[in-house]
Amino acid sequence: MVNNETKLKYTANTNRKLAGRRKKTRIINTIIFLALLAGSLVMIVPLVWMVSTSVKDKMQVFAMPPVWIPTNISWSKYSEIWEKGPLLSGIVNSLTIGVTVTVVGTFTSSLAAFAFAKLHFPHKNKLFLALLGTMMIPFAIIMIPQFIIFSKIGWVDSLLPLIVPGLFGNVGMIFFLRQYMQGIPTELIEAARLDGCSFFKIFYRIIFPLAGPAISAQIILWFMGCWNDYLGPAVYINTPEKMPIQLVIASFNSTYAIQTDYPLIMAAAVVSMLPILIVFIVFQKWIIESVAISGVKG
Amino acid sequence: MHELLLTFATKILKSKKIIGGENMAAKIKIKSKSDYYARERKAGYLFVLAPVLQFFIFALVPLLISLYAGFTDWSTIGKPSFTGIENFVKMTQDPHFWKALFNTAFMMIGIPIRLVLALMLALAMNRKIFGAKTFRVLYYIPVISSIAAISILWRWVYNGDYGLLNQVLSIVGVKGPNWLTNEATVKPAIIAMAVWQDLGMSMLLYLAGIQSIPKDYNEAAQIDGANTFQIFKNITVPMLKPVTFYMVITGIIGGSQMFIQQNLMTDNGGTNYSAATIVYYLWDKAFKQYQMGYACAVGWILAIIIFAVTYFQFKNSSNELFEE
Repeated sequence: MVNNETKLKYTANTNRKLAGRRKKTRIINTIIFLALLAGSLVMIVPLVWMVSTSVKDKMQVFAMPPVWIPTNISWSKYSEIWEKGPLLSGIVNSLTIGVTVTVVGTFTSSLAAFAFAKLHFPHKNKLFLALLGTMMIPFAIIMIPQFIIFSKIGWVDSLLPLIVPGLFGNVGMIFFLRQYMQGIPTELIEAARLDGCSFFKIFYRIIFPLAGPAISAQIILWFMGCWNDYLGPAVYINTPEKMPIQLVIASFNSTYAIQTDYPLIMAAAVVSMLPILIVFIVFQKWIIESVAISGVKG
Repeated sequence: MHELLLTFATKILKSKKIIGGENMAAKIKIKSKSDYYARERKAGYLFVLAPVLQFFIFALVPLLISLYAGFTDWSTIGKPSFTGIENFVKMTQDPHFWKALFNTAFMMIGIPIRLVLALMLALAMNRKIFGAKTFRVLYYIPVISSIAAISILWRWVYNGDYGLLNQVLSIVGVKGPNWLTNEATVKPAIIAMAVWQDLGMSMLLYLAGIQSIPKDYNEAAQIDGANTFQIFKNITVPMLKPVTFYMVITGIIGGSQMFIQQNLMTDNGGTNYSAATIVYYLWDKAFKQYQMGYACAVGWILAIIIFAVTYFQFKNSSNELFEE
């Protein structure tokens, strides 16, 4: 028979068990926290060291034991880098590529995503699969013919081969936006059509605004990709003034490593990473969510 | 229900002056049903025209050119001259080619390492740990850094005399080697760096995957008396199969094309060609030795290998994927 006394004993026992389990969880969580902390240090320390090296003077770089916070913090390298190499033109070139490609490319990609998501036309799915298939083609195999085509029309050593293909759209963005747009109620489109609205108007008045959040996250990711691109510029650009920023810091590395001017090299690398870092920290919630969603659905 | 939504939608659009009466910019006369569908077809094709053009001009045509070029001798300047399978024969006789293939295959070791670490991290992040969101950001920072900057940085980190790694090791009294010039250590060193850079992304994908597992499964198992490890083994891991599969495939496709790291961190592909990957070999042949035809042949071998490996992965997993 369960009377009040037994009930109280039972509750007390359960509470003790729960308290014990809770304590165990807290201990495990603390251990995990410390492990995560150690791991995040491993993630960040090389980058911190990069900044620290950039403010040392040349000889302190080789000091043993290693110096983490240099005695004289010298920011001189940060003014030298603008003269010692085409850093400014590198930034301008990367911006030109990044902004042009993302602005125009977003327009073409979202328009195509709308068509794939909501419009009906023959062979739609086959076309979509073909576009997806391009993601599987290794770049190495089309890199050479693309180079040959571009050299025949005289576009080598210009920014054009890096800009023009991107203007036509980005398959990753089309895929992601199509998923997103499929969630927009078709009734909105039908209602607009019934009243004679053209498809293009439907796109820019209804679809594009509604897909705003998804599009914004994708633009940011694409811009970051353009900024970080090394392979494309390495294939096409030779003149230092036309180099985008990644190529510039690579040339800094090969030129000044022999002179062991590591603070200079690191300063240039820091400057090249700064814009992306700022963009990331500002938009990190959007970016991380966008990546997580595309991973689960894809 | 449909009519209700339609009326509602019309009301919204009219209130925003997108459609309706004299405010419409274009009144399109629809003559017949087939006319309606024709307009939709035209719009559809027009809207997807750009990416489809991109596919033809920048993917399909180069692919076909590359296929033809593989059977020719072609330097950029002259015209290609047909040589049959000579390129492929030359390939099998070049020890650098085989070394590069071996190196590339070696790099794949990074994939299971990365997956295991990422899964452990994701499980840790899933618990209610203080500062989990901040950790997420911190772990993701290497991901958004450019490969060029990272390669330059780590080239210095791995420096035999003054690099960060050896400085840290010297604190515990270990004399580290010159990681990048030592044949035996250069590949593991590059793998470690690649894992370091990608870990945040893989962790994120696993975290999203774990969080999408319905909690009922775990609860039901707990009621049945399963302990944490059993839940992990029998529920979490199987439910994460799609994510794991995706990461393995992208890891293979991406990893087999590794090039930038080798290009920036080693000179001439490392001591005794110990670091060169197949794309490095391809790049060298194409842009340093101007043997475009030969390089295209190498490219096709790479493509075939990637395709075969991916195909077998699909075959392997499709039994399980389609079981549910």
